[in-house]
Amino acid sequence: MLNRQGRSTQAVGTEDTEMDMETFTGNKGLNHETPLIFEQGLPGRVGVDMAEPKEVKSRLGGLERKDPIGLPDLSEPQVLRHFVRLSRQNYSIDSGFYPLGSCTMKHNPRINEKVARLAGLGDLHPLQPVSTVQGALELIDSLAHWLKTITGMPAVAMSPAAGAHGELCGVMAIRAAHEANGQARTRILVPESAHGTNPATAALCGYKVDAVPAREDGRMDLEAFATKLGPDLAGVMLTNPNTCGLFETDVKKIADMVHEIGGYFYCDGANLNAILGRVRPGDLGVDAMHINLHKTFSTPHGGGGPGSGPVVLSEALAPFAPVPFVTHGAKGFDLIEHARGEAAASFGRMKTYHGQMGMFIRALAYMQSHGADGLRQIAEDAVLNANYIRVGLNDLLHSPFKGVCMHEALFDDSSLKGTGVTTLDLAKALIDEGFHPMTMYFPLVVHGAMLIEPTESESRQTLDEFIGAMRHLLGKAKAGEADYFLGAPHFAPRRRLDETGAARNPILRWTSPAAGQLADDVTLSAAS
Amino acid sequence: MRYMPHTAAERAEMLGKIGLGSIDDLFTDIPAEARLAGLLDLPLHASEMEVEKNFRALAAKNLSPYAAPCFLGAGAYQHHVPSVADHIIQRSEFLTAYTPYQPEISQGTLQALFEFQTQVALITGMEVANASMYDGATSCAEAVLMACRVTRRKKAVLSGNLHPHYRDVTRTTLQFTEFEAAELPPMAEGSDNFDDHINSDLACVVVQNPDFFGRVQDLTALAEKCHAVGALLVVVVNEVVSLGAIKSPGDMGADIVAGEGQSIGVPLSFGGPYVGLLATRQKFVRQMPGRLCGQTIDQDGKRGFVLTLSTREQHIRREKATSNICTNAGLCSLAFAIHMSLLGETGFSKLAALNHGEAVTAAEALDAIDGVDVVNNTFFNEFTLRLPTNAAMVVEKLAEKGVLGGVPVSRLIPDDPAMENLLLVAVTETCSDSDLDRLVSALKEVL
Amino acid sequence: MSIKFTEDHEWVLLEGDVATIGVSNYAQEQLGDVVYVEVPQVGSDVAKGDELAVVESVKAASEVYSPVSGEVIEVNGDLEETPTLVNEDPLDGGWFAKIKVTDASEIDELMDEAAYKTFVEGLE
Repeated sequence: MLNRQGRSTQAVGTEDTEMDMETFTGNKGLNHETPLIFEQGLPGRVGVDMAEPKEVKSRLGGLERKDPIGLPDLSEPQVLRHFVRLSRQNYSIDSGFYPLGSCTMKHNPRINEKVARLAGLGDLHPLQPVSTVQGALELIDSLAHWLKTITGMPAVAMSPAAGAHGELCGVMAIRAAHEANGQARTRILVPESAHGTNPATAALCGYKVDAVPAREDGRMDLEAFATKLGPDLAGVMLTNPNTCGLFETDVKKIADMVHEIGGYFYCDGANLNAILGRVRPGDLGVDAMHINLHKTFSTPHGGGGPGSGPVVLSEALAPFAPVPFVTHGAKGFDLIEHARGEAAASFGRMKTYHGQMGMFIRALAYMQSHGADGLRQIAEDAVLNANYIRVGLNDLLHSPFKGVCMHEALFDDSSLKGTGVTTLDLAKALIDEGFHPMTMYFPLVVHGAMLIEPTESESRQTLDEFIGAMRHLLGKAKAGEADYFLGAPHFAPRRRLDETGAARNPILRWTSPAAGQLADDVTLSAAS
Repeated sequence: MRYMPHTAAERAEMLGKIGLGSIDDLFTDIPAEARLAGLLDLPLHASEMEVEKNFRALAAKNLSPYAAPCFLGAGAYQHHVPSVADHIIQRSEFLTAYTPYQPEISQGTLQALFEFQTQVALITGMEVANASMYDGATSCAEAVLMACRVTRRKKAVLSGNLHPHYRDVTRTTLQFTEFEAAELPPMAEGSDNFDDHINSDLACVVVQNPDFFGRVQDLTALAEKCHAVGALLVVVVNEVVSLGAIKSPGDMGADIVAGEGQSIGVPLSFGGPYVGLLATRQKFVRQMPGRLCGQTIDQDGKRGFVLTLSTREQHIRREKATSNICTNAGLCSLAFAIHMSLLGETGFSKLAALNHGEAVTAAEALDAIDGVDVVNNTFFNEFTLRLPTNAAMVVEKLAEKGVLGGVPVSRLIPDDPAMENLLLVAVTETCSDSDLDRLVSALKEVL
Repeated sequence: MSIKFTEDHEWVLLEGDVATIGVSNYAQEQLGDVVYVEVPQVGSDVAKGDELAVVESVKAASEVYSPVSGEVIEVNGDLEETPTLVNEDPLDGGWFAKIKVTDASEIDELMDEAAYKTFVEGLE
């Protein structure tokens, strides 16, 4: 169809030919391909200038490396361009909506990055004399104060490196406490809907995992829970708000019941964002809870880490906390680094040095920026946004559980039944619309689960656009346009990848074609 | 508050759409008696300018190792981080992405991980490496668990000269499992005798190279002894720059290499976050913990990368997973990959030679001080000094003079009279000749 | 001797005192593309109901339980190179292990082909 200027109103060519169009380079305009770094080297180039090594008598004891390593040589601009090109093949929270349920992908303020790099913070050696790092210890102590105040708990172990590491810390404290009481308890309760790290952690602590089913309303089944209590029970690991995005309404009863049989209540704090400043886990009977600083307090996810997982502890568990920890000594702040003296009951050490300081700095900057008022606003806006999405979609998508949700909205795939479109297909079509897909197929207790966590960072305009895109795609699916979905995504740097092939024949590193050729030659000559 | 977009009017409209009267109606599932009525007892929100001021004030209370001659090591090393590495890891697309579970829109992270895995495999002399662990010590503990699974045996033995934190973390990690680790005593002079432990019940020997005191050892014979009884050799490397100069663990017969990658691309940051390296033989890969990135093709036949062999991991295998690890050290492994790419073969070898040259020069200068002896015969960029007096007190006095002179061994191995006078001194490319002069003269003054 | 099935979708074929074990066609369809099979060690003893093998697809790992008690005397080495045999030929080339049974009567209570067919139809 022509417009009044006599030109096509559509881009030249059909949608299909545009997608299929191949260029000489493989690049598509601003979207550049880049070979592996190993395919770009030329011996003799260098990307770092440095002084000439001193001529000395080697003290390596005759163990000098003789063979080349096989690393490629490149100049600085080549390396820079390579990684810039790679970066442009990534989706990110800075560039678009990232509604990954249970992951809390929120705004990452840049002031946090700036202060983490200050001279005197980012460059400190962990084993400097404590007299030279009083500011660093004060910072850790200050963050600990914020975490204890937010959660209403008396103690916090700062060293765990991530959420799962925090779980390990909490469950180890539970086991150490039971052992100190001379009790060999063997079993721990974990709801069926729990994140996989919960049972994996329990197993590392030598506990048998006993799964508790959920009720029709998505909360843990209190009756089933009651039947599983007993003197052999070490405790319960409960995520609250849970992985279905619901607050466990019976949480206090659960805490009381587990305490009554001498067990402890581990709370998975992955979803703390939903309740900041609205309720303190310490008021709910929690004995241990990890806090994902990289979720709730926005230290960036960085493509999979690093994280940081401090664990708040009740009075009962505090003596068993891992070393090190900061104390207030006669000459200022001090560090207790060994499990002896006042730390004699400590269950041990979880990592080198004192914890994820770089993440502590970012999290404290984030907390100070928000303050008590802003922290409460986080929870309110996060929950408001999730419910706005829930209501915006619930005439087209089926919610397995009714009523108000917390920070994330959960749907199942029953509305897609008979359309030939799966949760995965829908997610891949969202990529073409410029969104990161929601969490899919988790929690496992909901068929074809779609878990949508918008966080407090998103404007109403973004939420409306997402809801609009979802409604558009669901309309297409229900109108029988399954084919539209099967090829999606079309507009990503890669189409769907062959994960089956990758798992059947794992190629986990680059190998020099020359080396491969050599090996083939050797095999051939050996065969002949 | 600058980070949250809604206006009060928008909030009210959105509540109306949801069909609720007030924000409080969203939180009625919380038991009434536990709901907080007012604000937490914490300061109110602060401007960016105020926050920056707070942190500058904290930073000013510390002595930056760049403001003083710094000879600290013991598992964390001051190296120059190229500005390109720190710039790239702050790009939005790397910094603010999640774990690459949607490979179509995560090829940047995935290809970088594939390159990281390859670099780690190459420098350690192993066949495959994973996409990182939390740090060197947790890698070490995971390596022991992995060796137990591979061999279906329950006992490990740890060298006495393994970094004390690595020993502590391994002991802590194993304490509630069915596995156990025997520990040999630390010895600044003399070496481990594993003979009583190497038998057909043993899953692995864990040994560090260079060891905690800095000594470089040939592990070939030890590897052979392990293999003869069906046990594995786990080699720990906590100064990866050494691999640019020393024969690789793989060449010495290691089955698993657990390492700390901080030296390449990652700032000291008071001890974390760092990047744990874990490398092994291809045949053991299904017992390996952590994420793995693999090469494949997309629907159009183009090369691409995905996370693979996920059935080892907790999100699928739950209590039967190889580890509970989920989040790893993603961005630090990217920094490592960038720095290593900048160095290349030529630069990595040269950096190692530069470190060794500085360290040998320093050792000779320090050994010449009356009453001070270098304990080691061999070392890479860190060695142990025997002082005529308590090393911890010497370090305090040096700090008063503005010199970060080393790590007293007693900080990591307390309550052992044999360790009291020992000082670990690390000398990297960041130490200048004048830094060394200041250390030598300060040491002479305080002794 | 005819083939028998369990409610967990394993099949077992007893010849003399040796039982060959695999998973049913229904099971392989549910698993999707099999990428790896972890088989037991030859010489290990298993009791009825013990975990015998693990079948992995890209996003799932499923345990295969032994329908009989006895000693594992042979495993299907082809599965290491070609796990797709479980998808392509579940009832023959995709077998997992052979067990020298200690109590052949354990097989009596299992379903025959017709009963299993009815059982599977009931699941859909």
